[in-house]
Amino acid sequence: SLYTSRVAEPLEYHRSFLKDNCRPDGRELSEFRTTTLNIGSITTADGSALVKVGNTTVICGIKAELTNPIVEAPGKGYIVPNVDLPPLCSSRFRPGPPAEQAQAASQFIADVIESSEVIQTEDLCIERGKVNPYIAHTLVLLDCLVIGSDSADSGCITVSLLPTAHLPEVTISTETSKPEVNLEKRHGLHIHRHPVGASFCVFDDSILIVDPTAEEESLSTAQLTVVTDDEDRLCVVHKPGGTSLSGEKLQECISRATARQREIQKLIDKVIHSVKTAQ
Amino acid sequence: MMEVCGSSNVTLREFGSEQSLLSRPDGSASFIQGDTSVLAAAYGPAEVKVSKEIYDRATLEVLIQPKVGLPSVRERAQEQCVRETCEASLLLSLHPRSSLTLILQLIHDDGSLLSCFLNAACVALMDAGLPMSRLFCGVTCAIDADGQIITDPTAAQEKESRALMTFAIDATERRVMMSSTRGSFSVHELQQCIAVSQKASEKIFQFYRDSVRRRYSKTL
Repeated sequence: SLYTSRVAEPLEYHRSFLKDNCRPDGRELSEFRTTTLNIGSITTADGSALVKVGNTTVICGIKAELTNPIVEAPGKGYIVPNVDLPPLCSSRFRPGPPAEQAQAASQFIADVIESSEVIQTEDLCIERGKVNPYIAHTLVLLDCLVIGSDSADSGCITVSLLPTAHLPEVTISTETSKPEVNLEKRHGLHIHRHPVGASFCVFDDSILIVDPTAEEESLSTAQLTVVTDDEDRLCVVHKPGGTSLSGEKLQECISRATARQREIQKLIDKVIHSVKTAQ
Repeated sequence: MMEVCGSSNVTLREFGSEQSLLSRPDGSASFIQGDTSVLAAAYGPAEVKVSKEIYDRATLEVLIQPKVGLPSVRERAQEQCVRETCEASLLLSLHPRSSLTLILQLIHDDGSLLSCFLNAACVALMDAGLPMSRLFCGVTCAIDADGQIITDPTAAQEKESRALMTFAIDATERRVMMSSTRGSFSVHELQQCIAVSQKASEKIFQFYRDSVRRRYSKTL
């Protein structure tokens, strides 16, 4: 029967759907799953966002800390992303030190933040000391917790929800020349770009699928994630190996990713607007 | 598909490779691109831990060792890229429930590191005699502040660049197997870089062919 073949021969099961140009969950080949965004759910964090794409759920929290800058970049603050893939989200992950996928995902988010220049790290600089260059800067900790199956692009949407972070104002008091944190006065981060990611996978070297589920991803022969920003510039084209992709397929993916960026941009604006009107 | 922009130069730094330099691994190779130097060792097919075994394929493990210190998050991301490229080119189903290990040791980094890792990996796998369905090579392109495309950039050029892209090109169809990018760029620039990388990969594949021919002509 159809259900036993899903477990016994998953590849054949998926192929039978792909022949009719659709997928087991009823989607078209180029259709994304329903996306839900929610901001401000974690009250103890300076900013937070929850993104749900189909069954994949990612929650992201942002906290700011005072720190000294890195020696090589004295005028800039820095952002430290951390992606956690706990056993809660999938049976593939065991408890213990972060798995390779989690580390690769953290590096991926760090690359997206750097490549897209979401925020200028100079904005994170509170005061650049004249005598002593090691004065307060802001370190923004971005913690993404994935609850549910994979998808690197949900992480990207949470990245572009950084505008929801409201950091407290920090002034350097002239008497003690130590930073004073004023938790009452908060201001938002200045966001320059909105990077949004789209994931694709290739089946049997020929069929291109948009927004694969974990099952489809494990059966695919190649995966690709494209992150675009508002000016149609590509921030990241991440294809970690797998079978080769022709120029036309790559172009198709990029066009689909740009369309996705527009949809998500509208969704983000709507969510932020609704939060502002509610306050 | 191969429309190359006239203003970009497809010049690679002087590259070279030495094979079978280590006695213990089944295959080893060093790959040098300019001043960037990488040593690769391939072991396999060998015993695999029951927790890691796959019933119908070999399990490939890639370890990247930096020059100083322990591998960090950055090395894990590079390992993922190299591993998935190798998995797509090796015939893993010929060795089920076995393990293949590839260890890449960084000797010196002067730019184009990921492509050097890929080239060293391919030569080491060839040296180990592991069956592959296709060969691959890595090419790095940098787009500098003026919009010029530089192939095989040095570390100084990479630092000044606006965008940096590394592609793994396969030998049979010259298509992109792996892509890893940093910095922002337009779609047109991406396609130009791919075309430039495909042209540069010709030289590397010719080099593979020559080095293997030279090596086996003595034994035949």
